[in-house]
Formats: sequence, C-alpha cells, structure tokens
Amino acid sequence: MTNVWIIPAIMAGSFLAILAVGKRLPEMGRAAIGIAAVAVCFVLSCIVAFGWVERVNDHSDGREVVACGNEQFQEPLYVGLEMSPELEAETEASLEESLEEQSLEGAAPLSVGENAASAPATSPAAFAADYDDGPTPPIVCSLTWFESGMGADGNAISFEIGTYVDGLSVMMLFTVTLISLLVHVFSTAYLHGDRRHTHYFAFLSLFTAAMLFYVLSSNTLQMLVGWELVGVCSFGLIGHWWEERKNSDAALKAFMTNRVGDMGLLIGIILLFFAAGSTSFSVLHLNEYALSGEANTTLLLIGSLCLFAGVTSKSGQFPLHTWLPDAMAGPTPVSALIHAATMVVAGVYLIARLYPVFWSGLEIGGSQIHYVALIGGLTTLVGASLAFVQTDLKKVLAYSTISQLGFMVMALGVGAWTAGVFHLFTHAFFKAALFLGAGSVSHACHHTFDMREMGGLRKKMPITHGTFLICTFALAGIVPFAGFWSKDEILAGAAAGQGAGAYHLMLGMGLITAFLTAAYMGRAYWMTFWGEYRGHAHPHESPKVMTVPLIILSVFATFAGIINFPFYWFNGVGIGAHWFEDMVQPTFLFPPELVVADFNYWIAGLSVLLAVGGIALSFSYYQYDLGKGLRGLTQRNAVAGAGYRLLENKYYLDAIYDGLGEAMRGGIARGSYWVNQNIIDKIVDGAGVGAREVGKVTYRYVDQGVVDTIVNSTGTASNESGDAFRKVQTGKVQHYGALLFGSAVLLGIVFVIVQAIVNS
Amino acid sequence: MLLNQFLLLGAVLFCIGVYGVLVRRNGVMVLMSIELILNAVNINLVAFGTHLQQATGQAFALFVIPIAAAEVAVGLAIVLMIYRNRRSIDVDSLDEMKG
Repeated sequence: MTNVWIIPAIMAGSFLAILAVGKRLPEMGRAAIGIAAVAVCFVLSCIVAFGWVERVNDHSDGREVVACGNEQFQEPLYVGLEMSPELEAETEASLEESLEEQSLEGAAPLSVGENAASAPATSPAAFAADYDDGPTPPIVCSLTWFESGMGADGNAISFEIGTYVDGLSVMMLFTVTLISLLVHVFSTAYLHGDRRHTHYFAFLSLFTAAMLFYVLSSNTLQMLVGWELVGVCSFGLIGHWWEERKNSDAALKAFMTNRVGDMGLLIGIILLFFAAGSTSFSVLHLNEYALSGEANTTLLLIGSLCLFAGVTSKSGQFPLHTWLPDAMAGPTPVSALIHAATMVVAGVYLIARLYPVFWSGLEIGGSQIHYVALIGGLTTLVGASLAFVQTDLKKVLAYSTISQLGFMVMALGVGAWTAGVFHLFTHAFFKAALFLGAGSVSHACHHTFDMREMGGLRKKMPITHGTFLICTFALAGIVPFAGFWSKDEILAGAAAGQGAGAYHLMLGMGLITAFLTAAYMGRAYWMTFWGEYRGHAHPHESPKVMTVPLIILSVFATFAGIINFPFYWFNGVGIGAHWFEDMVQPTFLFPPELVVADFNYWIAGLSVLLAVGGIALSFSYYQYDLGKGLRGLTQRNAVAGAGYRLLENKYYLDAIYDGLGEAMRGGIARGSYWVNQNIIDKIVDGAGVGAREVGKVTYRYVDQGVVDTIVNSTGTASNESGDAFRKVQTGKVQHYGALLFGSAVLLGIVFVIVQAIVNS
Repeated sequence: MLLNQFLLLGAVLFCIGVYGVLVRRNGVMVLMSIELILNAVNINLVAFGTHLQQATGQAFALFVIPIAAAEVAVGLAIVLMIYRNRRSIDVDSLDEMKG
C-alpha cells in the first residue's frame, strides 16, 4: 500500500518502452507491451483494493501506523484532529538531490515513479496518520521534491510529491486499470494496420499513467501535473488522425476549452494554498483547514468556484461542454477510455477529493441552492436534450456522457457524496461498453457512425447487440442493472438533501433526465439494431478480441450495482448493505453530515417507470410507427421547428463563443485605436482591403444577431486599427524581438523611476 | 568591488547579444548571439552567488548551460531545415507570418 507509486511507474515505463522500441516490433509486439503493463497494473490495483478492504475491516484498536520508506525519518504529522498545520521542513534533502529530482521531473514528468524508486530509501518525509477510534485514515506517503521561499510559519515551503491511498483512489485505480486493460485489448483489433499504431499505444500507456498519477496525488500541485498530462494525451489521441482537418480542429478545440478551465484550476490551487496558511499544498492539509471551523469561507468560496471552473471544462459541465462531442473525432476505443470512463471524471474526482473545501466553501450542508448543484442539474438536462437530435451514434453517447457527468456533479452538489462517486464507478463500465459497442458496430459498417446508415444489426451482430442492450438498460436505469442503483441513490439523495427541500429542484431535473435518457437511448438502440439495414456494407460480428471486452464490461454493468446494495440480501457472499459506501467514503477529515439517503421506493419506482416509459415511447414510435402525426412535425410546426433548430445548433453555444472571440477582438482593437490616435498617429492611414475583410466578417455576425450591439459600435474602430496593426505585423522575427526588448527596456525604466519615487 | 566588474562584463555581453539578435541577418549568428545573452545571465548568476555566499546561483547557472545546449541543438536543426528548403538562412526573408 505504501508502494502504490509503482503502478503509474509501470505505465510510464511502458510508454517509454513502446516509444523506444515500438517501431522495430511487429504490431502485436507493441500492443503486447501495453497490455502486459496494464494487466500487471490491474493485478496490483486489485491487491491494493484488497489491502484497503482489510484495513477498513480491521476494527482492532490502534491500527498500526503505516509508514513508507525509512523508519527513522518517520514523522507522524497528523495525529488526532488538532493537527499542527506546519510541515516540518525536510532538512535532509540536500541541494543536489532536489535539483536532480527537479531535472528529472522537468524532462519527463512520468519519471516521477522511477525517481521515487531510489528516493524513499534515502530521504523520505514519511508520515502516516494514526487515528484509532473508528475512522480509517488514508495512507499518505510523500517525499520532498524541492523547497523554496518561506511559508507563513517561517520554514521553507516544501513542495512534495507523494501518494494518497484511500477508498476513493483505490476505487479509481481499479476502474482505470480495468477499463484501460479492456480498451488496450479492444484496440488491437480496432486499430489493426493503423498508420500510427506505435504512437497510439504509446499515448494510451501515457494516458493511463497520467490518470493513475492523478488519482494517487497527495497534493494539489501534483494533481495539476496529472490533470495537464491527461489533457495533453487527450489532445494527442483526439487528433490521432490529424490528416483530416476536422479531427485536428476537434483536438485543438478540446485543448483550448480545457485551457479556459485550467486557468481557473491553477488560480484555485494558488488561492487555496494562501487561504490555508501558505504552508502546504497537501490534500490532507487543505481538507483539515476547510473543516477546522476557522476557515475564511469567502476565500474558500472563491477558491472552490475557481476549482469548479476546471471541473467545468474537464468534466464537460454546462457552458464548457462543447468540446466533448467534437472529441469523438478520435478513435473509438479512445472515446471509451478517455471521454467516457476515466479522463472526464477527473473533474468529478477533484470535487470528491477536495470535498471538504467545496463543502465549507459552498455551504452544501446549508439550505442554499448553489452553483455546483445547479450547474450539475443544468448539464444533465442540456446533455440529454441534445442527445436527441444527433444522428451520429458516438455523439449520442457523448452527449449522454455529458448528461451523466452532470448527474455526478449534481449528486456531489447536493451532498450525496457516495451516490455521486458510485455513479462514477458504475457509469464507467456501461459507458465504456457502449462506446466499445459503437466501435464494434462501426468496425462492421465500414467505419461509419451515422445511425441512418445502420439498422437491423441485431441478427448480424448478436454479441454486440446483446451487450449494447444490457448497457442501454444500465444507462437508462432499469432494475436490476448497475445504473439503476447508482442513479436512484442520487435521486434519493437529492430528495433527502439538507435544507428542507431546497434541492427538490435537482430531484425534478434528475427525474426529467432519467426519462430523456431512456428515450434517446431507446432511439439510438432502435436506429442501430432494429428495422432494415440501410447501409451499403456487409456487417458481420466483430472478432473475439473485440467482443470479449464487451462481454466483461456488460457483466460489470449488470452486477456492479450490488456492491452498494441497499438491502442485506448478499451478506452470504460477503457483501453487506452499502458495502461500497463503507469502503470508499472517507471517514477521516470529512464533512460529518453527508447525505446518505435510504432506499426510497417511491422515487425508485417513479424513475424506473419513467425509464421504461421513455424506452417504450421511442421504441413504439420507431418500431410500430405510433404517433404518425408527429412525423414531420418539425417541418410543419414553427415552434417545434424552432426548438429542433435550437437543439441542432447546440443552443447556439458554439456561435456565441465564436462571437465572443470576435467581440473581444473588437474591444481590443478599439483600445488600440485610441492608442494609435494619440501616440502613433501617423501609422493610421485609412482603411484598406484587409479592413474591409474584417468589416465583412463583422457584418456577418451582426447579421446573425449574435453580437449585434457590441460589434456595431466597434465596427469602424476595428476597421481602421486592424489595418494599422497589419503593418506592425511584418512577420520578421527581429522586428518582434526589437519590439519585445524595447518594451522591456521601457518597463524597466518605468520600474526604476517608480522605485526612485517610492524610496525618496 | 569585484562584483561590479563582473556585472559590468555581464551587461556588456548582454548588450552585444541583444544587438546581434536584433541586427544580424545570418540565422547562425542570431543563435550565437542568444548564447551570448544566456552566458551574460550565467555570469550574473555566478557573480551574485559568490557575492552572497550561496550555492543557488551556481546551481541555476548549471541548469542554464544544458538548457542552452538543447536550445542551440533545436535552433541549428531549424536553421538547417530552412537552409535545405530555401538555400538561404537570411532571417529577413522569413516573413511569411506577416499579417
């Protein structure tokens, strides 16, 4: 348990190995390296999981202090609840050593694991939590990476790197390695003969390593590193087939959209660091501070909102979800691994990991309807409604992912921590299976995902059909599949949330989404597998390496629900009621009044009824042609048509973002125009051809009525200044360099003058 | 004091470097000028490190050296590619990025 760093290290090693020798190996050889590495990681994760279960079940007094590394350096820093906030400065870390570590870290962040291999023996800042009456403390190991500056307590701030093992990270370890393993196996067939096979498998390994590194992080800085690595891998894999413009655009969009949120994440991390006394980035420290009762709630509120900006982009929450459907341009196994099961839940994981911060900052326990729950609820609705108008099978699933992620965030927002995390767990299985199923279908149908060219596949692809059906049921939330248990827990949690029914709004949103989910999944399922085949290929069942992962995943999708079963039916096999909750929900440094709702028959019944109704409705619409009058409604009825167009254009969000960029350019241009007029007057020499181009673009947006007023007023200004700026942009590096140095000198002079004035 | 002379040397080197970067047309010369700038910084770092009796300055300088080497390697590779493509390494002719 103290050596979990080995797991990401193995994946990192696999990445390097594939990169180094992959080109010289046959296709199977490269895949074999990756698969072997993930398989070992999976086995290790299972061992860690068993170890954790034993630790939780071990109710004996004085659970031994778990320390890592050399015993004599061990410092039990966190004892009891009145922990001292200051971290003892690690003096042993000599300069050379920290520098060496730093250079390794800078060159290849993934060598952290290997680096740690030698380090714990020499200078570990090992500490462990000993807390013996009840709560199970996490196992935290860390070593000082480097020290710098001076904290509020007078000691140097130590930047640490380490691992944090508790129920949540163990659960993530298990999920990530299992799904990654299956995706690796599936990819061997799906990407057979691909032109960048080596890079694909290398990136897959790197991605898995990054995600494991992220979930095991013991401090927020390390989390940021993992988070960004995951983002980079996502960029690389979405743009895997970059020869097509559309794909590389999608990759860029994903990257850019994530940057917007990452800015918030970075600010949030820095803010929380200062809020919590500027001594440590460690997760334990932040959580302790948030729960200490003396925390500055305003700072925590701003900090958690900044963090939530990161969550919004990474986990595809409402205003920033637009990248996720486009990200479907990548190979399908990637979509299964990254955009369904693991990467996008990084944001949800962030909330879950720093839950006390969000809890105190947003007063989740209070009666307010706050931002996180509201955005979560809104996202579920937006995602589910958009999934209806998609004709691309993968995009339906992508919007469904957005909707389900909204569910998780909503659950965390209303205080139902376990429900949210449990939904993350079950959703990973059935969504991965759905994506891989879509991949299997497209593999059979000449790589198309257009549902209009499918149909009637259930006889030709029985295994894919069966697994897809099971997972559709699981996603729709039909008893007894896994999705039912987790979704129902969220709904019950929203119903039982604190604050005298303030969260009933979320309950309503959840119920509507449950209905919509079932209906659009019914639609996608029917269009793919029923009716007549409408394409031109000759569909056939996929090979075993593709169907076996599907079968394994759908077994999980069927039975994963029982591990958090609300009743005591499975005591015989060692799984009591709420086993998952007992194992995963932290008991150490955690908000005490979490919402743990009892099984609610009314809500459960209602949600199942809605789900069945949704599936039945869409099924009867397509199969038996019921509601014939509705056909063509969007053409005949103006209101329905407008609604359809609204959905088809994704609520015009993309257009608004484009318009925003345009408007910002206009605003900047106006500012620079003023500068031009007053300072470098002579450069402005009237409008030219380029200015007219800018004018044309502006006009188009005015025409569309998106940024009407703003652009109108800045139109002329941007015309002239655009032309003026065109001349500054010579394209010659030396001119740019001269400008750069010139302005640096200018700033320097200003600085000196200001200093002189201040000092005099 | 001795520190002043080192700083003066650093400043002179830096200015020569900046001048070279801005004025030279030969791509290789621009790269060499960047080296001068970096080494001027190194001199300052080491001088201050010695003056303040701290090893940090030297450690930083040791970092700068390999990074500078990497930068030159990449820079020369770029210059080589440019030369292969256009038979010239005149940086003034590289203005395709103009607006």
